Amino acid sequence: MTMPFRGPAAVPLVLHVNGEDFHVFVEPRRTLLSVLREELGLTGAKLGCGHGQCGACTVILDGETAYACLTLAIDCEDREIRTIEGLMRGDSLHPVQEALIAHDGYQCGFCTPGQVMSAVSLLEHNPRPTDDEIREGMAGNVCRCGAYPNIIASVAAAAELMAAEGD
Amino acid sequence: MAMHPFAYANANSLEEAAANLDGETRPLAGGTDLVALMKDGLVAPKRLVNLKTVPGLAGVVAHADGLHIGALTTLSNLASNPELQERRDLAALVEALEESATPQLRHTATIGGNLLQWPRCWYFRNPQVPCWRKGGRRCFAFQGENKYHTIFGGGPCFAPHPSDPSVALMALDASVLVVGPQDRDHRNGFRVVPLAEFFVLPRRDHEWADGYHPVTLLETDEIVAAVVVPQAADGARSAFVKVMERGAWDFALVSAAVSLTMDGNRVAASRVVLGGVAPIPWRANQAEAALRGERVSEDGVARAVRAAVADARPLGHNEYKVALAKQALAQAFRALA
Ligand SMILES: Cc1cc2nc3c(=O)[nH]c(=O)nc-3n(C[C@H](O)[C@H](O)[C@H](O)COP(=O)(O)OP(=O)(O)OC[C@H]3O[C@@H](n4cnc5c(N)ncnc54)[C@H](O)[C@@H]3O)c2cc1C
Ligand code: FES
Ligand code: FES
Repeated sequence: MTMPFRGPAAVPLVLHVNGEDFHVFVEPRRTLLSVLREELGLTGAKLGCGHGQCGACTVILDGETAYACLTLAIDCEDREIRTIEGLMRGDSLHPVQEALIAHDGYQCGFCTPGQVMSAVSLLEHNPRPTDDEIREGMAGNVCRCGAYPNIIASVAAAAELMAAEGD
Repeated sequence: MAMHPFAYANANSLEEAAANLDGETRPLAGGTDLVALMKDGLVAPKRLVNLKTVPGLAGVVAHADGLHIGALTTLSNLASNPELQERRDLAALVEALEESATPQLRHTATIGGNLLQWPRCWYFRNPQVPCWRKGGRRCFAFQGENKYHTIFGGGPCFAPHPSDPSVALMALDASVLVVGPQDRDHRNGFRVVPLAEFFVLPRRDHEWADGYHPVTLLETDEIVAAVVVPQAADGARSAFVKVMERGAWDFALVSAAVSLTMDGNRVAASRVVLGGVAPIPWRANQAEAALRGERVSEDGVARAVRAAVADARPLGHNEYKVALAKQALAQAFRALA
């Protein structure tokens, strides 16, 4: 029962990112984060700690948030990958992005794409979260600038924006 | 932080995966521990076998001998399982899952991988430090920076086991279903190992070919297929308490899981387990003995809690864990009183 191993040299992969198919040729050791940033030019997800300890690399995989720094790209074939680049509808920002601007939900902005992806996913699963549920939902994203109170206010405001849009 | 090169294959069955495993061909589940270890060059397998493609390894199924939790079930899917959510005897497990790591990690990490994660000790995780667990000569924590280390069962390695769910699962008397080669004790292709035997204290003679001293008795050609939680006695209840330095996203300084079966207002049977205090989830047998036939009164709890830490052997910088363990345990009892 020998298995069909691929690699260690580069192998062809098809990744579904933000609704589009991308054909890349990468080694199995490449992380999803490095392929998004270096092969696809999608630099929204950031490399912070590289060890699951900061959340700057947060993306949405099959509808749930994940750290792209600890995920192998080869593990993502046949999965739906969403990054912050896929959030705009036409020329408009996502309500979470609007709310972060309106409520000063960031300072340097390095953690922001990750915060946005966590907030978007949280609101998709739970459109009217309590403040505690927001804190729990956002617990996997560190902000070194300490913008936490404004981030939480932004997510609450985004929930209201989205509810109003839905009405 | 580039990883060493490796080849990769999706497994179609447990048998196929197990037949291909060895010291240089390792199983990949969620990868939240394995990828980090590879990035740091702490492990460098030549091949990875992806277990996520094996059909039927994720999910919870009720069998005659209890609930079978597929090893590839993610922590978040397990925590939100309707049957688990409802059962008071399993409350400790749900609480432990919900307090583990972060949403992103819980969506990715699997229960099998969680039991098999390596210690978080900073000497172990530092590629420059040749500590005993990695095949070196000694544990640097023993006389070094040991604020987060063990107060029970330490030596030759003093790093505590980092898993929260394992503490709850041990209190629930869980076992693991292990698949491996037919020639070693695997009746019908698998063997059932109680968690109390699965986790092994550091031993010089328990070593893999690469010199690493593993935390469980799993061999390099074996796979955990499922975690089995036996049917509890009627009216059994459980609770889990975790104490962290930060409010979230932190490993336990100390945790406690208690499972109780009452006979009237007296304790018929209990299982008391502490986490963050020993190289393995630490069963507090003396606390269990102190409780038998007692009421869960303030006095009864105080006696059990004292018994639980009677044999504690703190290191230079972690005396505080003794007091913390008592508090965590008392809190778990209060939740059940
Ligand atoms: C920042 C951070 C914070 C964390 N906080 C917590 C916490 O608070 N509480 C907690 O409990 N954990 C915590 N963790 C640990 C996390 O829960 C584990 O990394 C995770 O559960 C491992 O599961 P996995 O599926 O990703 O395993 P992997 O990384 O894929 O595998 C881990 C190990 O087990 C082996 N393996 C995996 N599955 C099997 C199997 N079925 N059979 C045989 N071998 C297998 C792999 O070869 C590897 O050696 C944290 C991790 C990080 C990075
Ligand atoms: S870069 Fe992925 S969690 Fe920090
Ligand atoms: S805005 Fe600077 S790290 Fe969050």
